[in-house]
Amino acid sequence: MIKNGTRLASQVCDTQVIVVKSADSLDDLRCGGAPMVPVGGERSSGEVDPAFAAGSVMGKRYVDEGGAEVLVTKPGAGSLSVGQTPLQLKEVKPLPASD
Amino acid sequence: MSVSLLLEMAASDDPDRTAVTSDGVRLTTQQLSDLADGGAAVIAASGAGHVAYVGTGGAALPVLIFASARAGVAFTPVNYRLAADGIRALIERLPEPLVIIDEQYRDTLGDLAPRLTTTDEFLTAARGAEPAVAEFPDPESVAVVLFTSGTTSQPKAVELSHSNLTSYVMGTVEFASAEPDDAALICVPPYHIAGVGAALSNLYAGRKMVYLTSFDAAEWVRLVNDERVTTATVVPTMLDRIVDVLETGGHELPSLRTLAYGGAKVGLPLVRRAMQLLPQVGFVNAYGLTETSSTIAVLTPDDHREAHAAAESHVAKRLGSVGRPVPGIEVQIRDEHGAACGPGESGELFVRGEQVSGRYTGIGSVLDDEGWFPTRDIALLDEDGYLFISGRSDDTIIRGGENIAPAELEEVLIEHSHVRDVAVVGVEDPQWGHAIVAVVVPAVGIDPDPEALRDHVRKHLRGSRTPDHVVFRDELPTTPTGKVLRREIVKDLGDLRAAPAE
Repeated sequence: MIKNGTRLASQVCDTQVIVVKSADSLDDLRCGGAPMVPVGGERSSGEVDPAFAAGSVMGKRYVDEGGAEVLVTKPGAGSLSVGQTPLQLKEVKPLPASD
Repeated sequence: MSVSLLLEMAASDDPDRTAVTSDGVRLTTQQLSDLADGGAAVIAASGAGHVAYVGTGGAALPVLIFASARAGVAFTPVNYRLAADGIRALIERLPEPLVIIDEQYRDTLGDLAPRLTTTDEFLTAARGAEPAVAEFPDPESVAVVLFTSGTTSQPKAVELSHSNLTSYVMGTVEFASAEPDDAALICVPPYHIAGVGAALSNLYAGRKMVYLTSFDAAEWVRLVNDERVTTATVVPTMLDRIVDVLETGGHELPSLRTLAYGGAKVGLPLVRRAMQLLPQVGFVNAYGLTETSSTIAVLTPDDHREAHAAAESHVAKRLGSVGRPVPGIEVQIRDEHGAACGPGESGELFVRGEQVSGRYTGIGSVLDDEGWFPTRDIALLDEDGYLFISGRSDDTIIRGGENIAPAELEEVLIEHSHVRDVAVVGVEDPQWGHAIVAVVVPAVGIDPDPEALRDHVRKHLRGSRTPDHVVFRDELPTTPTGKVLRREIVKDLGDLRAAPAE
């Protein structure tokens, strides 16, 4: 299983994420339809799959049904999925500033 | 995950935004990031095993937090208000530290450690340094070590990991959620967990940080208006002085939207006065411990308004609660045998979550097998999950075999119009074990009658709660963050022990 804190990059857009809560499902984490690879690792050239082109949003957390969670540290044109299943934007209840 | 990621994201999202302003210095997120990179190189080149900071904070605090993180070295802001011996004793507990010290403390503390530099020298070196390659420390490694204030014992060195701190920030703050004009006024000291929390959360929220390094209520009011401050956090003693300044000066704070208070218990009459003076402001009561990476429960502005306006007593009572746990925090109240308490039952508060450290240098982790941290605070949850804190378990008064939380009496006494401030303590008593002493700071110009105050308590609480003695003082000894130093009060009351309770 991929480790918490691992940073991954899209092969087909600018998206980068960090793994907040790992799960086995993230072994098949994709962005823009292509498998995500370690940041700084080799990436193949390719295009964003139009089926996964909704984009990733900076600073948002995305989750799957198995409890996996990733945080977008660089936004991009591709959207996140595990296999063919899109990740969901994590709903957050806004808290008042307390620090 | 490293705390350095928080800065990396802020700088990549909006490099030209003003991140921090302090005593005329203004840094954008990119400038803060560049300084942190250069600072990391300076730290790495020093070969230090730890970074310690003795100073008043301001822009230097976020620079040092992030420079240390990027160098992969733990960081400790030390209480600069301590006596020289006290500071020395804390620094000696850190492994091979690089000590960074504000110029004004250098003369008295110049020989603290072999590696020593002033804050200005450090910042100059950081500006000129070739940036080091940022380390990506193990998320479980220690990012910040804070010494507890040691109100009940010797200061303990609390270890907060990168994972604890980032979990706190990411769990409670939505990235870049602040409005473009938002500004936070930070006047909590750098060595306090709220100081560290403020530097991380506001940066992540995209909120400009305005530092007031030496608190003064009139200056605080001036800065709120000059910098169009939208949010601020204060400790109880600060709130008290701010309310005084507002009342006498007739100032308004039109830009302020949120005012958070915490760090120690605030008397309800003060909260009500503040709410009446600033009706447009949303008040937030934040409860947390050093060991929990800052806030673990908040009473929100809506909670305040609802409680303040409520006719039903169980809702009105919530004005004195610390609200409900933040996301990612679980709470449990346990009785003295370790069994879970039901709603309304008082016991010790245990908390669990990613942001909870519970680890001390030289002691290790005090979490139980299931990850619960014993806060040593006495607390209860009401039917709706609102958390009420009634003080440290060490402060519990045991009179005639009955456990009495000082807060029970304090909450009643503070509502008396002749009382400005009050602390209730137990002193040794040959007959009862503890005798109850109410130490009262009278309202301005009043000379209260001790019997009248005892009657007031008797009217509201069971007879066993009536103070055996009522004594008067001009002020209560507190830490700079407003925690009452009960040990000092008890020491000061030494002579009362000779006179047995009635």
